[in-house]
Amino acid sequence: MDDIIQEYEEKLPQRLIDLAVEKLGKTSQKKLREALDRVVEEYDASCIDPGESVGLVSAESIGEPGTQMTLNTFHFAGVAEMNVTMGLPRIIEILDGRKELSTPMMEIYLKKPFNQGKNIKENALLIKETLFGDLVQEFQINIAESAIEVTLDLKKMEALGMSKAKLMNLLSKGIKGVNLKEHKEKNMLILKPRGKVEELNDLYRLKEKMKGVYLSGIKGIELVLPVKQGDEFVIRTKGTNLKDVLELDFVDETRTSTNDVFEIADVLGIEAARQSIINEVLNVMEAQGLNVDLRHIMLVADTMCVTGQIRGITRYGVVSEKASVLARASFETPIKHIINASLTGEVDNLNSVVENVMLNQPVPIGTGLPQLRVKAKKESK
Amino acid sequence: MKKKFDVTKHQLVPKHLKVSEKEKAELLKRYNITVKELPKILVDDSAIEHLEVKVDDVVKIIRQSPTAGEVLFYRCVTNG
Repeated sequence: MDDIIQEYEEKLPQRLIDLAVEKLGKTSQKKLREALDRVVEEYDASCIDPGESVGLVSAESIGEPGTQMTLNTFHFAGVAEMNVTMGLPRIIEILDGRKELSTPMMEIYLKKPFNQGKNIKENALLIKETLFGDLVQEFQINIAESAIEVTLDLKKMEALGMSKAKLMNLLSKGIKGVNLKEHKEKNMLILKPRGKVEELNDLYRLKEKMKGVYLSGIKGIELVLPVKQGDEFVIRTKGTNLKDVLELDFVDETRTSTNDVFEIADVLGIEAARQSIINEVLNVMEAQGLNVDLRHIMLVADTMCVTGQIRGITRYGVVSEKASVLARASFETPIKHIINASLTGEVDNLNSVVENVMLNQPVPIGTGLPQLRVKAKKESK
Repeated sequence: MKKKFDVTKHQLVPKHLKVSEKEKAELLKRYNITVKELPKILVDDSAIEHLEVKVDDVVKIIRQSPTAGEVLFYRCVTNG
């Protein structure tokens, strides 16, 4: 039995063999062979023929449902406060390979027992980036003494486990050239710049600078939101920093992910990025109730990742690598391409489709692909 | 608190293996191509750090495809 299956492993994908064997159940060798032969026949018939223009078919198959996608919807993911870019803008963002996303997001899975809600608030706060401005109730500028008085929010400090001494230490590291003092009675910090203060504006500038001093948490995570997903708790965040989050010890480092494809390529490698592009595109399509065959999306993701780095489907990405000048010129900014090509004396060998369409010649796809080559014999005298 | 996480254990990362010289020659012969024609992977890609590969080596990737089950994919190591 097993050697028959092995025999067919060359001809069929693993999954089809598994399915066929599972569906058949117990049968004789003869029947198994017959069944698998029929599967091979069907499989060969449904394979894409050499020369088929798969890219064109993919473009149509993704493009057509794209016309039905909502144009600029922001859809709420679970609880309010957090917007997620969906629909066409998101698809364009992924396929163009944009580095700056409009809504960077992470989904952080937790290890047991934290995924059952243990310490969820504390853990969420550990992830969120806290700046000095977040812990301040009030800023006051004392003009007479040219100092800044800061009233602290004790409740928030307690939730973070931040003591006054620690806070002052971090603050003095963040801002140089000031004297930092604690007010004796009130819950206040007093900052006085060293040296003379020439302008009031300098004080204001100092105040703004103070607000941005980093205290704790993971840089880049602006908002955290613990949500229950199925039977476990997940932390959703606004802003991403995959590398640092994966290093936390209560985070499940096998499932935690971000929607920033470039970050994934950086941290987890190009293959993970490819899978992530597929997942992201598929997510958008499904959320809109559209049905695109997975293979089309896979083809696009593969094209974007062939060089080992992510390149978008733009004139700076995939298209810029085309060998033919005419093909590049036919996409975007034709004059720039043609001028550059003529300056460097580029040669176009007319090997691909677009340039042959331009010149009114048969294109090398489908039946146009095979060519005749004559084996010429030397004329004998 | 900080720890080093294992990239290869992440669910998005498929299995990466180094291809031996013999297997590499067979592969190139089967598809009638040169190494340069294979898809690329950067030397400093985090998923192949543990493999200790050098430029022009071939990496075999075992992908889990929803349409075909297990799929083999090959990438040639480059320095970008």
